[in-house]
Amino acid sequence: MAYKLTVNGQPATVDAPADMPLLWVLRDILKLQGTKYGCGIGQCGACTVHLNGKPTRSCLTPVSTAANQTVMTIEGLSPDGKHPVQVAWEEIDVPQCGYCQAGQIMAAAALIAKTPKPTDKDIDGAMNGNLCRCGTYLRIRAAVHKAADLAATKAPHKSTGAAVLEEV
Amino acid sequence: MIGRRSFLKVSALAAGGVLIGLQTEPEAKAQGRGAPAAPPDPHVYIKVAPDGAITIMAKNPEVGQGIKTMLPMLIAEELDVDWKSVKIEQTDFNDKLYALQNAGGSTGTPNNWIPMRQVGAAARAMFITAAADTWKVPEAECTTASGRVLHNGQSLGYGELAAKVATLPAPNPASLKFKDPKDYKIIGVSQPGVDVPAIVTGKPIFNIDVTVPGMVYAVFEKCGVFGGKVVTSNVDEIKKLPGIKDAFVIDRPDVTDVVLPGEPGLENGIAILADTWWHAQSARKQLKVTWNEGPRAQYSSVAYAQKAEELSKQPPQRPIRTDGDAEGTLKNAAKVVEAAYSYPFISHAPLEPQNCTAHFKDGKVEIWTNSQTPANGRRMVMQTLGLKDDEITVHMVRGGGGFGRRLNNDYMVEAAFISKQSGMPVKLLWSREDDFTHDYYRPGGFQYLKAGLDPSGKIIAWRNHFISYGEGERFVASGAMGPTEFPQRFIPNYSLYTSVMPLGIRTGALRAPSSNAFAFVIQSFIDELAHAAGKDPVEFRLALLDSAIPVAAEPAAAGGRGGGAPGMDPERMKGVTKLVAEKSGWGKTLPKGTAMGVAFHFSHRGYFAEVAEVTVSPANKVKINKIWVAADVGSHIINPSAADNIVQGGIIDGLSEMMNQEITIEKGRVVQTNYDKHGMVRLVQAPPVIEVHYLKSTNPPTGLGEPALPPALPAVSNAIFTATGKRVRQLPLSKSGFSWA
Repeated sequence: MAYKLTVNGQPATVDAPADMPLLWVLRDILKLQGTKYGCGIGQCGACTVHLNGKPTRSCLTPVSTAANQTVMTIEGLSPDGKHPVQVAWEEIDVPQCGYCQAGQIMAAAALIAKTPKPTDKDIDGAMNGNLCRCGTYLRIRAAVHKAADLAATKAPHKSTGAAVLEEV
Repeated sequence: MIGRRSFLKVSALAAGGVLIGLQTEPEAKAQGRGAPAAPPDPHVYIKVAPDGAITIMAKNPEVGQGIKTMLPMLIAEELDVDWKSVKIEQTDFNDKLYALQNAGGSTGTPNNWIPMRQVGAAARAMFITAAADTWKVPEAECTTASGRVLHNGQSLGYGELAAKVATLPAPNPASLKFKDPKDYKIIGVSQPGVDVPAIVTGKPIFNIDVTVPGMVYAVFEKCGVFGGKVVTSNVDEIKKLPGIKDAFVIDRPDVTDVVLPGEPGLENGIAILADTWWHAQSARKQLKVTWNEGPRAQYSSVAYAQKAEELSKQPPQRPIRTDGDAEGTLKNAAKVVEAAYSYPFISHAPLEPQNCTAHFKDGKVEIWTNSQTPANGRRMVMQTLGLKDDEITVHMVRGGGGFGRRLNNDYMVEAAFISKQSGMPVKLLWSREDDFTHDYYRPGGFQYLKAGLDPSGKIIAWRNHFISYGEGERFVASGAMGPTEFPQRFIPNYSLYTSVMPLGIRTGALRAPSSNAFAFVIQSFIDELAHAAGKDPVEFRLALLDSAIPVAAEPAAAGGRGGGAPGMDPERMKGVTKLVAEKSGWGKTLPKGTAMGVAFHFSHRGYFAEVAEVTVSPANKVKINKIWVAADVGSHIINPSAADNIVQGGIIDGLSEMMNQEITIEKGRVVQTNYDKHGMVRLVQAPPVIEVHYLKSTNPPTGLGEPALPPALPAVSNAIFTATGKRVRQLPLSKSGFSWA
């Protein structure tokens, strides 16, 4: 059946079974492959996207519940890869294999949109659901702090998680 | 050359030689017009375009260890170009052109430290020759900088010299002079991973992202018991479900050996192909299969443990090594310490599930893989599909973690077979549940240890009854212990015996194979002996390292481990042990419930000593406050940022293994099917600080992917003992009531 979604600011219509998770709609139908499959049960966070600005496990979100809503994926986080979280991730050289990092970045972007100056405790709360099999956690934590600093010193970013949140 | 783009072509020959030539391609292609650009020619390590644009090829599989950045750094350093101006490209697999295209054993650095620098140095020498010839000046008066040859104020860019260089003979590698390390501009300087910009923007760079025209998605249902066969199924009904393109049973010859081969090959099962992966996976849930589970359905973890206990009370089946007289010495020792250690099966569970894309067409197959051993996978596909050398192409694509899982290539042969059978290009993707239940598990094991101390507290006898899996004199894959396991050579009376029992599941190498379990046992037991002797655990270890017995050289243990000659150099291990004690403030007074523990381990040619400071609550909640690391991996840390990252990650990986991870077997099947049952360290559980110190030695650089991991487990469990008086001898610690704070 056909579902309408707004994905990264663009309208999209997809023909998919109602129970097909948003993850697979994004990856296999819309060919937005930055969002990753890791566990399928909401344990690893590799599939994290923003649904109406909120970090959401796309592997557990049937397309039917995402219909008529606003989805943002890693590909839509910034037009130029210069979202403060992306810049911080590059500067701190966070990734090893990199497979979890799209989910980590989406979780971090949602965090700093809501909590511009997160404490370690805030980071624990927002990021603990995202597994990193390579164990880059020390750098993830440092990069979230750095991203918050970058965001604070920069003009508000266009087309970020923050922008979507304002619409909600 | 006009109208064509020219490339300097430099290839290392298998024998260590260097081949340099010129590659040209039509202008239209070079300009990006007309036909789409062909894949990069795998013949080259370095491409220099006339405009000076330099591309360096990375030849090894990248699974997160940083090799795609590190190998080109070695070339770029000796080539003398600016790192930021260089473009890096991944090669395909090509064993005719490239040696050792694999990712395993932390060998990337030691295997490539010289050859990759030779590639760069050879190319640089040729640019100098070309420039000197152009200017008619002696080569010795020419220097290079930033991709240019310089002479008395004049200069020529490498791009300008490329065409001339192509006409020159390749220099003899023996004649090459490497840079003086004090002139290094790239080696030893942190370089961010070359794929990081693509990762943070979600570019489709992982193997799971590969798309080929006309591709369908496949799942492959196998029996939970290894070797189980399909007796009946509703596969014809499955074919009628939405989106399904094909579905069929694969029936293979039985694997009858009790000791499974390291790579048992394509298994029985049912392949389902669909227009989306979700359709394939949904159809799979409608499968009704009667399996003949075969003889391996009898096995269980409970029975393994009972059998091990039984074997421990019997005389060992056979000796692996006996030095001196451990049995006799133990009878007369001033103090005897006895302990039984055990550790479970665990799964690799790299975050990118196993997947492979294969396109079989006109008798040839093209494969996209994130294998750590593409050579092995290629061979297995050729054997299974009956293909010849020139009928298979293997593309190497970034992998979302390896940890040893992708040393095996079962998913590659499955994808190739399913593509051939169906006649369609196929992306095979395993579910996470497939991954957990069809791994090559780190073998569990049991070690029954007994050691004797003399009146001064020195270890004079060591006896280990190692109980593992196998049959007769054969161990299962990665289930062996060699005759030079530490502390062999450091104790005059050393006996190592073994007994084995049949297993029934696949096993294989997990990051720091053997070491990831043995270091916990050995370094915990040494700690027990230090406490029994009333000695400081650091001082006790240094004294042990001082007691090396001169012996004739023996072959090094697999994985560069063990205490035996010419393996571990005790002086290097003493160096890192002293350094980590100094940096951690070992011996300082800590609050009640907080303590430090120490451990060292030699593996993959790397020397690691680690100290953990932990706080343990009365309810056995463990908080790691800090870990200090001292490492000696030779003369250079080639990419410090990547080095710190992988050392810290290796330690965190070890902590996951220590606290929670366990695979158990019931009726021949793996019980744990996802991450919620095989706990990995999460952000809040990770130590807030892991401080890494490198002790630079004059030895050639060696790898970091593995050797940081093994000492982490005993360093923490030894700290837990000091903090609580509770000695944990069984992994994971959760079985003894411990958990993360």
